[in-house]
Amino acid sequence: MTVQLTHFSAAFVFALFASIVFGITHRETTRDMLRYGLYCFAMFLGGALVAGWAMWLVRR
Amino acid sequence: MANSNAARTNAAKTKAAEPAQPANSMSVIAPALGWLIPGAGHIIQKRWIRGALLLVSIGTLFILGLLMQGHIYKANGGDILDILGFIGDLGAGGLYLVTLAMNGGQGAIAFAIADYGSKFMIVAGLLNFIAVADAYHIAIGKKQ
Repeated sequence: MTVQLTHFSAAFVFALFASIVFGITHRETTRDMLRYGLYCFAMFLGGALVAGWAMWLVRR
Repeated sequence: MANSNAARTNAAKTKAAEPAQPANSMSVIAPALGWLIPGAGHIIQKRWIRGALLLVSIGTLFILGLLMQGHIYKANGGDILDILGFIGDLGAGGLYLVTLAMNGGQGAIAFAIADYGSKFMIVAGLLNFIAVADAYHIAIGKKQ
């Protein structure tokens, strides 16, 4: 069995699971964990999108 | 505002100054078990939801990496980057050992997604190292 993810879905999956672990391990309370996890998720995915568009601009 | 900030800083200093619990058997068992089975270090300390989320997150990332035809690094890679990859993979503990035993993830990286798969497995291992450290901190009372 082979899984073929697109670049975006790979980035999404990576951001999702890494953010969950970061949220749980880096904060004390449940509320803080949730907030930090969402922050990390936004930064991971946002960073990938910004880097992607930056590379597109450089290539032009 | 300034007073509340000062109070918060003092509270943080007091918390940092508090001695953690002395080493106990759980401070050895939880990290070891957490390395072998991701999330188990939390589950054994009755952090059920955290443990389950860690297990699902790290396990899914590692298995997805395998299904994406990612490469598993071995100890005798020779190249320094292979050794770093091995250290990352090793963090996944039981998942890595079972994969090696079943001779999985041994193919050459033939396309971009397979390279992503290799990175997924390395990151799963590195995330498990963080989870192990967190389980240890819970065991010694440094974290709730």
